[in-house]
Amino acid sequence: MTDLTSLTIAEAKSGLSKKEFSAVELTESYIKNMENKRSLNAFVKETPELALEQAKISQSKINSDSGGKLEGIPLGIKDLFCTKEIETTACSQILKGFVPPYESTVTAKLLSAGANFLGKLNMDEFAMGGSNETSIFGPVTNPWSKATPLVPGGSSGGSAAAVAADMCAAATGTDTGGSIRQPSSFCGVTGIKPTYGRCSRYGIIAFASSLDQAGPIAKTVEDCALMLEVMSGHDSKDSTSSKIMVPEFSKVLGQNIKGMRIGIPKEYRVDGLNQEIAGYWDKAAQILKEQGAEIVEVSLPHTKYALAVYYIIAPAEASSNLARYDGLRYGNRVNGDTLDEMYVNSRTAGFGREVKRRIMIGTYVLSAGYYDAYYIKAQKVRRLIRQDFIDAFKKCDVILTPTTPTAAFAVGDKTMQQNPINMWLNDIFTVSISLAGLPALSLPIGLNSQGLPLGMQLIGRAFDEESVFKASSVLEKEACFRGVK
Amino acid sequence: MSIDAQTVKKIAILSHLKIDDDKIKATEDEFNKILQWVGQLKEVDTENVEPLVSVNDGTLEMRQDEVTEGNQAEAILANAPMQEYGYFAVPKVVE
Repeated sequence: MTDLTSLTIAEAKSGLSKKEFSAVELTESYIKNMENKRSLNAFVKETPELALEQAKISQSKINSDSGGKLEGIPLGIKDLFCTKEIETTACSQILKGFVPPYESTVTAKLLSAGANFLGKLNMDEFAMGGSNETSIFGPVTNPWSKATPLVPGGSSGGSAAAVAADMCAAATGTDTGGSIRQPSSFCGVTGIKPTYGRCSRYGIIAFASSLDQAGPIAKTVEDCALMLEVMSGHDSKDSTSSKIMVPEFSKVLGQNIKGMRIGIPKEYRVDGLNQEIAGYWDKAAQILKEQGAEIVEVSLPHTKYALAVYYIIAPAEASSNLARYDGLRYGNRVNGDTLDEMYVNSRTAGFGREVKRRIMIGTYVLSAGYYDAYYIKAQKVRRLIRQDFIDAFKKCDVILTPTTPTAAFAVGDKTMQQNPINMWLNDIFTVSISLAGLPALSLPIGLNSQGLPLGMQLIGRAFDEESVFKASSVLEKEACFRGVK
Repeated sequence: MSIDAQTVKKIAILSHLKIDDDKIKATEDEFNKILQWVGQLKEVDTENVEPLVSVNDGTLEMRQDEVTEGNQAEAILANAPMQEYGYFAVPKVVE
């Protein structure tokens, strides 16, 4: 029998329905793999008993032909999603030991579709980071690492690494400025950040509420489509979740892209763009052209300001969201002589360096005297960035760019550690899409000369994930990328 | 705009965070580097541009202000670092 953990969700679903193997056997294979690959540090909490219990229920549903869309599929869940009665920490000291009394809407939807949960996945603390090194549980090792350990990217680093290493069939991630797409690119897997409002944010520990979106990380474009179909939809518990109908994304896969217009933004061809990445970018455009798409140049003139806008808006929202951690109602408390001292002591001990940095930047740009100069200014430029995309999408249907400016770098990389801005530059190609609230998918396109995966990003109009999936599935088929094995 | 040690201390107080005295200078330098970098936004002409608060179109929906999942005091208190008589407990605040 083939190794069950190498199957895609689509293949596993087919095998389960044909009774080639049972849901319990599938889950057992993943549990074994999860245990064998503990050294990667992808999981921060394993829940094998629960997964097996769920798998048994799934098998009886499969036997009676009443299974859900993801019946019996073992998943990993980013530790930012509240999971009922399972410890959820956002990989922060301040939330260590926190056991949510409720389930996030996205994970509840996955459970009711029949998925089972293998455990919680490592991430940057409160999703703030691009390398998974700010986690209280320590860094994750990218499964593509050669001699020295490489980062999996971040913040959904555990999710991308676990999928790449076949430790789960797929995983949930969240993306605020690139946190699904950048780790997907670094780990040679596929991930999509859907349109802002596509998935409910209820029960996802908040970072920057006007940007945060959940999305899947999986082995293939098809698996991402299957996951997103389940994860999406309006939720009365999140007023920003959209009532727009959720299409069956998997239906458009493999459809002809003849006449589809693919935009190439000239501003993304930045000075000093890595030659190998530029080469794959040209190759991807060529593939889509050969399949009948039309390649058009588009302009996104405010691209160069996107990171600066993001590093005002995201910390501002974070400073407000993280004000709730006061050592009082939940989370860890460090006592003090007064109430104020208790707040300060709890927060100083509970938050890591990057989180503190962002809370303070956010507090500063929101404080009296600086609010207009920084925060309002950033919101104005944010509108210009969104307008750039609206204008560009008059000339094209999907925009194609690289996902990241480099391949995965080493754990503890000096340049990244010395200056926080160097780390933030990882999001240069992903962050403007988040500011505009658009859907974008990253898929692996090939390997660089060091044998490390590189990703391409396909961006769509708001609520047009279908065009993104359509173009991505064609590109995936022609690029013939093979996984880490 | 650049910030000084005084401002760093003030921001720390507003953030409810403590910075050790020997870390103030480093924080000040780091902040100035970051603020200089985001200062590039000054060159963008935003005359007559409305701030974008949300990418959602339309207005947010109102709902009835009513109890939906009530009577869960025990579950809500379960994660409290300290509780007494069914309430969150804090250090004494009235002298």
